[in-house]
Formats: sequence, C-alpha cells, structure tokens
Amino acid sequence: MNYESSPTAIAIFAFFVAVVLTLSFYLGRKAKSAKGYYAAHGQISWFVNGVAFAGDYLSAASFLGICGMMAFYGYDGFLYSIGYLAGWIVALFVIAEPIKRLGKFTFADALDSRFNSRGIKLAAALSTLVISAFYLIPQMVGAGALITPLLGLPHWAGVLLVGVTVTLIVVTAGMVSTTWVQFLKGSLLVIFCAVLVGLILHRGLVARPGVAAPTPTGFVLTNDYELTHRADVVKVDLPESWKGKPYVRYAYKDGPVVTFRIEEPPEGVKADGQEYVKSEPRLSEAQVLTILKDGKKLVNGKPKTPENDLRPVGTVSVLPATRTEVTGDTIMRDTHFRTGPLGPLAFLRAINDSMIVTWSKETIEEVDGAKSVVYYQVEKRGSDLLKPGASPTFAGVRSTSVLKKLDFLSLMLALFCGTASLPHILIRYYTVKDQAAARKSTMVGIAAIGFFYVLTMYLGLGAMTSGNLDPTNENMAAPLLAKSFSNTLFAVISAIAFTTVLGTVSGLIMAGSGAVAHDLMENFLKIKMDDRAKVLYGKIAAAALGAGAMVLGILFKDFNVSFLVGWALNIAASANLPAIIMLLFWKRTTAKGIAAAVFVGMASSLGWILLSQQAYRDVYHVDPKLSLIPFSQPALVTIPFGFLTLVVVSLLTQPKAAGTPAASAPK
Amino acid sequence: MAESKRGATPPADEDRVEEVARRQRAGLRLFVAYVVLYVGFMILAAFYPERMAEPTPFGGVNLAIAYGMGLILAALVLALVYMLACRPKRSPPT
Repeated sequence: MNYESSPTAIAIFAFFVAVVLTLSFYLGRKAKSAKGYYAAHGQISWFVNGVAFAGDYLSAASFLGICGMMAFYGYDGFLYSIGYLAGWIVALFVIAEPIKRLGKFTFADALDSRFNSRGIKLAAALSTLVISAFYLIPQMVGAGALITPLLGLPHWAGVLLVGVTVTLIVVTAGMVSTTWVQFLKGSLLVIFCAVLVGLILHRGLVARPGVAAPTPTGFVLTNDYELTHRADVVKVDLPESWKGKPYVRYAYKDGPVVTFRIEEPPEGVKADGQEYVKSEPRLSEAQVLTILKDGKKLVNGKPKTPENDLRPVGTVSVLPATRTEVTGDTIMRDTHFRTGPLGPLAFLRAINDSMIVTWSKETIEEVDGAKSVVYYQVEKRGSDLLKPGASPTFAGVRSTSVLKKLDFLSLMLALFCGTASLPHILIRYYTVKDQAAARKSTMVGIAAIGFFYVLTMYLGLGAMTSGNLDPTNENMAAPLLAKSFSNTLFAVISAIAFTTVLGTVSGLIMAGSGAVAHDLMENFLKIKMDDRAKVLYGKIAAAALGAGAMVLGILFKDFNVSFLVGWALNIAASANLPAIIMLLFWKRTTAKGIAAAVFVGMASSLGWILLSQQAYRDVYHVDPKLSLIPFSQPALVTIPFGFLTLVVVSLLTQPKAAGTPAASAPK
Repeated sequence: MAESKRGATPPADEDRVEEVARRQRAGLRLFVAYVVLYVGFMILAAFYPERMAEPTPFGGVNLAIAYGMGLILAALVLALVYMLACRPKRSPPT
C-alpha cells in the first residue's frame, strides 16, 4: 500500500518531539539527586501520576495492536483490552499499598525489604531485566513499523529515531521527564481518540457492495460466466505452484493480471429451514504480492510502484435492512448504502446485523524461490465477528477441544496477573507523596485506561469498515482510519502513536537502568556509590539499554507485536506475582523461597515459551509439530508452579532458632 | 520514602495497624468480587461462545460486548468503592 510521506506529518512529529525534549531538559535540571532521578522527588501530584499511568500503559501494543487486531478480526482484540484493564484491579487492590509501604525505588527493593538477601536482589534484578527486554522488543518493532510508512524511512531508521530520542530523555532527566512524557501522551491519546470515535459515529456505516467492474473503492465480485463474456479480459493459466488452489486468473487488456478466488456456494439447508438456491461459484477479486528471490516486489504480476500497489481494504458489503416487504412468495429487502450518524449502541447493532468484507491471506511458494502472498476477501456476518474466536489467536475457543480452550484461558490469566507484575509499572507508585495519593492516582489511571479501551472497540470496528486498511499490516489500522477522515488528523494521531512508544520505552529503560545500577551494582555486587555516582551509573545503564533495545528492535522486525507482549506478561506474572503475593500475605515466606520462586517462575515461563510451537515456527523456522508443549501460553502452568516452588522452598528453609528472623537470610 | 519517619513525630493515622488491616480487608473483598466476574467471563467465552452472540437488553448488543464493557465499568466502580472505603476513620482525641 502506498503511504505518501506527508510534510504535515513530519512537521507535527518534529514539533512533538521538540516539545518533549525541551520539557525533558528543563525538568532535568531539577533532578540531580538519586531520589530525584529515580523517584521524581516523591512529589508528582496524584492526578498527573494517574494520567501518566495511562500514558505508560497504553503502549504501541494497546493502541496499535489492539485496534489492528479488532480491525481485522473483530471482537478478539477487545479480549486483550479486558485482560489488560483487569490487571489493574490486581494492582490496586492487592499490590499497591503494600508495595508503597515496603519499597524504596524498585521492585527488587520491595521484595527484599524484609530479608536483605543477595539471592533476592539478584533474582529480582534479573527478572526486571528479562521482562523489560521482552516488553521493549515489541515497542521498538512497533516504532519501526510506525515510522516507516509515515516518514518514508526504512524500518531501522525508525527504530534508531525512537531509541536515540528516548535515551536522550532518560539520560538527561530520568523519572521526572518520563512522567511528564507519559502524562502528555496519555492525555493526548485519550482526547484525540475520543475525537476520532466521534467522527466515526457521525459518519456511520457506508456499504460498498461488490460490483461487476473494478472501481476505486470496490473489489470485483462476479462469476465465471460474467468474466468469460467480457471482451477486455482473457483467462490466464495458473502457475505450477498454484495448481489445486481455488483461484483463477484473468489478464485485463490494458492492466495487470487479476487473481480471483473461487468461493463455492453454500449448500444444504439454512437456519430458517430454507434451502440454499443452487448457484454459480462466486469469484471475488484478490490481490497478490510477490516477493522475488532478489527481494524485489511485484503486485498483481507487475513491479510494485506507487501507482501499482495493494489497494486498501475493509468494507461493509451489506447493511441491515431498513424495510422488508413481503408480497406472496417474494421478500423484498431494502438495504441502504449508508446509515448516517449512529449512536454508540446503534453503531454496534448495525455492525452486528451487517455483512462485512474481511481479508485473509494465503502464502504460496513459487517454483523459482519467490513467495506469493494472496490477499483474498472473506465476507463475514457482523454477528460472527462480534463474538470471541474470530481471530487465529483465539480461534481455539470455538473448537470442541478443551486443550485449545486452555490456551485462551491461560492467556487471559497471564493478562490478568501480568500487569501488576510488570516492573516498570510498579515504579510509578513511588512518584507520589503517600498512600492516599497512590490510591487516587491508580484510580485515575484505571478511569483513563478503561475509557480508552471502550474507545478502542469503536476505533477497531471503524477501521474495519472504513475501506482504508492495509491488508499487509495490522499495526497501521488506527492511523489509517484517521487518514480516511483527514490527513491532518492522520498526522496528529501518528505523532501521538510515536510519543506512545517514546513514553513506554522510557519507562522500560528506567526500570532496566534501575535494576542494573541500583540493584545489581550497588546492592548485589556491593559497589559503594555516593549519590552522584548512583545517578551517573544509572545514566550509563540507561544509555546501554537504549542501545541494546535498538539492536533488538531491528533484529526482531518481522515479529508479531502482540505475541511478544503476551510473552512479557506471562513471564512477569510467573516470576513476580507468586513472590510478591506470598511476601505480603504468608508469614512463613523465607528469602530463599522468594529467590527460588522468582528464578523458577522466570525460567519455566521463558523455557515454555522458547520451546512452544509458535517459537519453533516464528523464531527458529522449524516444524512446529516437533514442539512438545501442548499450548502456547504458560501462565496456567507456570504461575502455580511459582507458588509451589515458593511454598516448598520456604518450608524447607524455615529459620531454626526462634525469635531471630535474620537467621532466614541466606549469605 | 516520605513517611518512614523514625523521629519524634507520631505515625500518621493511615499507618496505624488497624487502618492498614481494614483497608486490606476491603481491598481483598472487592478483589474477590472482581475475580468472580472475570472468571465468569472467561468460562462463558471459552465454553459457551454461542451464548456470547445472543442479544442483551443493553441496547441490543450481544452478551460478549455487554459483559466486556461491564467488566471495564466494574473495574471503575470497584475502584471508586475502594477509595471511599479507605477514607480514614479519625480516632477521637484522648
């Protein structure tokens, strides 16, 4: 799909980045002490902190990933929204205040506050690093995928841009600047998305039924009879590697070779007892992207140029009937072409009762080593798209196999438990004055995030039906939706998405640099540091992490962003949650138990993921059937395993002498 | 940390052991309530996906959407209830 690099977009970008950096330098002059650098003097107001929570959490995965998933598959993206938000309940009701009471700067401090154990310090610092790394990769990949089409730069340039900007921010001012970046981002995101949803509802739905000739907005829907009787098309033979697949190809006299997918008409009896009328197979126009061995790309057989590129997709084909007339045996339904402005509930009802053209893809290996990806139409009922299981990720819920359902349950569990266990989220508890402020700020966070997730449902469904989706890229669905309304809005939303990544990545680098400088160097390796040295080492660590993040973002550029975030949450929940819960609520927890639980939870979830079918297929490129792991999300197994480890090890390492709790601390 | 005072000033009301315990009880009760709602959603979605497509009286949207939105709303409501429950009860001056 052709993305023009818009000067407006670039100008707005530059403006945003300049504002953020200026704020960062200005506020950085105040953050000289270690406390200031790491915990923003403990003076950030609860409202600002709450919105910053939202800004922190609504990362590229939330905004771009969820909207993209909903735009292509409907309801299932919303499952991520529900899971992510529910995680905040764990954070508020179970973790928030105890952590605040215990901790100093980092998650590791909270875990270690009772024991002063090197084992715990090491385990917690490692877990922070691993989780931050896994959460960083999808952000950097998302940044690259976002910048590329908007600014016309290659993927690595986008990653570099984000990495350098964020490192600059963090190194100059630490937590203070990241709080303000995230506050800015959080408010802008919610405000502009609300505006966009208003526009979506105002526009309503527009139907673009298939037509018997290509049009700028429609894709051809026809049958064999129509095509063979046209003068300007000639049937073309299928290549060798395509034999047996449901396609036919026609060459237009003055144009490209168009591929049609054969849809067999449904047979048998419909739900209302009527039989399907016997009819001709339907031919729906597909789009073919061919990647040659030397990397060059073809679209529909001709070289990919701005004029010859994949066309945008995503439309409603049939809107609900406004009027039904029954005369004798004939039923006349008056289906209209646009609904006009709709209220929020009416919009959802309209989608439910419509037929929507979604797009799927099939990859065909050509004989000469090239790869053809065929994007084809799949007309679906809105009601089918608005219930769980329409996407490949969650398709398991619609099967009868309990094992496939376990995958879904495990992911929902990971999302629920993972939020509170993310190290870079917990840090934000320390930037307010006291516990009451912490509670209030988490509440503000939940309100902002919850409202945003309600908006994402409309953004996703709006993108699904706006006719402006890029069939190859889920992540661009939300910005492209904005583009279908106005280029300026597109530029603004893209810039906001960019600051989205800025904010999340800076939070992650903060957590990581805290783990390295404070936990590993000062506490575990016992390197003596004065205040100035702590800040210095923190900044060096931040710079190193920034560089590492850039490298990873470039290496993993073809990865599915949501998959990686799911990884991070699984690991966070398995490593951190059992430890923090038992520390807070079980008196007989010992230091060795905590350290063991963190190590084991981290290792088992990491191992499970790296040996899963998805990893085999997407990371190592080997046959996924070789994997022994039954389902891909470890949470259902590794979280209980973490708890078990903690209990067993704690019981085995109970202090021998009564009245000396220090005896349980290992050396 | 701002409130870890070891000096002469007495601990703040909110740090008193009974206050902390009271808040923790409230938090856990609300948490359990939410878990019940969430697990209910998970079970419905996993084992009764067809039910999720049925319309509800909430503006005619299906159960999946209504329940999902309901969970988001419930999060806000429970958080608000928690905030109200945690307002410190001042002990009478002696």
